[in-house]
Amino acid sequence: MATPAQLGLQNATSPIMEELIAFHDHALMIIFLISSLVLYIISLMLTTKLTHTSTMNAQEIEMIWTILPAIILIMIALPSLRILYMTDEFNKPYLTLKAIGHQWYWSYEYSDYEDLAFDSYITPTYFLEPGEFRLLEVDNRTTLPMEADIRMLITSQDVLHSWAVPSLGVKTDAIPGRLNQAMLASMRPGLFYGQCSEICGSNHSFMPIVLEFIYFQDFEVWASYLYIV
Amino acid sequence: MLDTQKPPRKKRWTPPFDPRFPNQNQTRNCYQNFLEYQRCVKTMSRRGKNSEPCEYYFRVYNSLCPTSWVQHWNEQIKDGTFAGKI
Repeated sequence: MATPAQLGLQNATSPIMEELIAFHDHALMIIFLISSLVLYIISLMLTTKLTHTSTMNAQEIEMIWTILPAIILIMIALPSLRILYMTDEFNKPYLTLKAIGHQWYWSYEYSDYEDLAFDSYITPTYFLEPGEFRLLEVDNRTTLPMEADIRMLITSQDVLHSWAVPSLGVKTDAIPGRLNQAMLASMRPGLFYGQCSEICGSNHSFMPIVLEFIYFQDFEVWASYLYIV
Repeated sequence: MLDTQKPPRKKRWTPPFDPRFPNQNQTRNCYQNFLEYQRCVKTMSRRGKNSEPCEYYFRVYNSLCPTSWVQHWNEQIKDGTFAGKI
């Protein structure tokens, strides 16, 4: 989850998020280099007494400041496209989970075996236990196994919402009448928080998402209770 | 769910990749499997055969489609107002 006054991205929990953080660092470094170069040149321009008022052509420098930005843009585009295609990869999923957005809560359906479905409302501030996070906790957390590929199908029952968990690098719009697929994978157990990311009415800020990733064996035990006839 | 509609015990199963629907929008995947199931059951019962082979389509659409959509479509089928060709 985010900490107060946080500026950077949250720690990665999925391999895709690791790639995104690396790409962000790469692009940001290029931005810093270009900005500092430009600022330096501006400061040089403003602090010189030399003048040259009869420039007729500048063929060489024109070549450099056309070719070099083109190369820089290619160096940004190639990793970007690589990650874009990586997010579209479909690995053999272990489990399918449906997340349905409502005004103003999420509901989850695990339908592979028994039809398990539950709603996930925000825990109001008054009901928080000590140590819990304001506006981020929910009554029923979404339990999932770690180190497994999970197919998420996201939709909405009423207006546009968006299901986002920054630590996993997932943000997928919940559109009424449409099923959007996203792949989830967590490398470690724990609680991962997210919030609705598409304006959906008065309580848009008050419909969080909490994923509880647990060990595979524990999830199998939990799932076997779903399967008891 | 009927026993035949459940996957084999102790064997984790989820709908596999369907190359007809390779992209992010899986709406048609859910709807197509629902239609296939209804058509399969209708054909099998018309021929007087067991509809157990149709249960694959049932499992796929049950996993993929939100239950509210399935309930809505089932009501429409019962009322005779379902828009799809079965």
